[in-house]
Amino acid sequence: MAAAISGSGETLVKISNLSFAYDNRPILSGINMEIARGKVVAIMGSSGCGKTTTLRLIGGQLKPTRGKVEVGGQTVHLLGSDDLYELRRRMGMLFQFGALFTDMSVYDNVAFQIREHTDLPEELINDLVLMKLHAVGLRGAHCLMPTELSGGMARRVALARAVALDPMLIMYDEPFAGLDPISLSIIGDLIRKLNDALGASSIVVTHDVQESLKIVDYVYFVSAGKVVAEGTPEELKASTDPYVHQFIWGEADGPVPFHYPANQSYEVELMGARDG
Amino acid sequence: MADSQKTKAAVSQKKQRDSLASPRGPGGHGQKLAPEKGLLAQILIHFGHSVTDRLWRLGFAAHFFLAVLMHSGTALRRFQLTIREIYFSGALSIIIILVSGLFVGMVLGLQGYDTLERYGSSEALGVLVALSLVRELGPVVAGLLFASRAGAAITAEIGLMKATEQISAMEMMAVNPIARVVAPRFWAGVISMPLLAALFSAMGIFGGYLVGVKLIGVDAGSFWSQMQATVDFREDILNGVIKSFVFGILISWIAVFEGYDADPTAEGVSRATTRTVVTSSLSILAADFILTALMFRGS
Repeated sequence: MAAAISGSGETLVKISNLSFAYDNRPILSGINMEIARGKVVAIMGSSGCGKTTTLRLIGGQLKPTRGKVEVGGQTVHLLGSDDLYELRRRMGMLFQFGALFTDMSVYDNVAFQIREHTDLPEELINDLVLMKLHAVGLRGAHCLMPTELSGGMARRVALARAVALDPMLIMYDEPFAGLDPISLSIIGDLIRKLNDALGASSIVVTHDVQESLKIVDYVYFVSAGKVVAEGTPEELKASTDPYVHQFIWGEADGPVPFHYPANQSYEVELMGARDG
Repeated sequence: MADSQKTKAAVSQKKQRDSLASPRGPGGHGQKLAPEKGLLAQILIHFGHSVTDRLWRLGFAAHFFLAVLMHSGTALRRFQLTIREIYFSGALSIIIILVSGLFVGMVLGLQGYDTLERYGSSEALGVLVALSLVRELGPVVAGLLFASRAGAAITAEIGLMKATEQISAMEMMAVNPIARVVAPRFWAGVISMPLLAALFSAMGIFGGYLVGVKLIGVDAGSFWSQMQATVDFREDILNGVIKSFVFGILISWIAVFEGYDADPTAEGVSRATTRTVVTSSLSILAADFILTALMFRGS
């Protein structure tokens, strides 16, 4: 399936047999994904299924216990710190709640990466920052501080900051979480438009089904650390797979259990029944 | 980056040990599930874990200290980053340091006069006030105040940056947070501390002068001239400066480490801030004893 979507363009991110465990607790077990250049791909799944961990592995903030992530042909966890930083300069990441630097204005937040990594004169930085802010509709808010922004505005500023250096890969960690319907639509639109305008690839980690299905080219469903389904939005909407069906239509009952596993049964722990 | 990855690996090892210590992880109901172990064994196990955890943290902190030194290039090259932190840690601490110095000096004036008067040498008040301040009270009390005022603020700021993913965001923007966030704060503390201790001592001497000379009526000439004649630049002042410099390193190191190592939650940041104040204060007092023993052994 992934090959079908990447058939038109070359693969930018390739995840092969990737496993990761925090201590002895497995988070991902043998996932495979391919993200083609120019595409917007969603990784969906319920909370705690390993979506954010996947993004951190792609960004090299974590090292896999098995398998590998290749970005632009380079295996991320084998890179030295200089090469990893070099690679990250070509990546942008939008964190769940924006992660704006609270001691800097909106303008300085967007200018941060440009100032850190280039020697451009301040006039040019000014033009670049205002262009990026204009693209997210917040040119007029450049002198505000992050504490003066609404959740949706903060997310848009963080988006402008993430694309400040025109990355080849943009990663979004729950970009729709906690937004009102208007902001949600704005962010959805921006993800698609910025991706197409920059010719980049985007990975959107989300559990907001309806909004993301409108904007993405391909979807991977992750559950309990495994890819359980994948396909284009149309294919998934038509899917009869019980997990995909439960997730897309937001049903409370289905293959995803309501109860977190407990050591003892309800009868033994709460009603005083004895084992055996 | 390599360092922050090592740091994370170390944190992961720590978590692993924590989870081994208790069958259901930290905060679980481990003891309830393992009643077969004797009370003494449980106490010993708990004590053993606590000791090894502390040793592990010390090693981790030492490793972090080296990482900060290795990544200090940015803080020194782009010195405006450090100057900004000197303003927040140092300049904003000046008022509390000056007011405390004044009161400590005034108390010294009163107590010193009371004691010296019994031996008929109240004109030596200036010497007593000055030596107490430049050799001991200046560095130590300024250090304790600096740890509470600026150290706690540094820990809370770095801890909250971590909790709100600002540190992760910086790493993903290919900017090393140890170089960009930690090192400037560390050096700002190291630079500010001796200056604040000097201000504290100067203000204290002024407080002693106010009480001794202006209020009680000790002769101003003997107050100043005995002080000038007795206080030695190398033995007294320079050693005091060295102490305050060492305290500056200790406080800044503890503050940035605790912030960087804080659990990324409100409770974690609160615990880290408390640890900064407690650990810095105890370290200052312990280091003061060691430095005093080394410096003044022969005199």
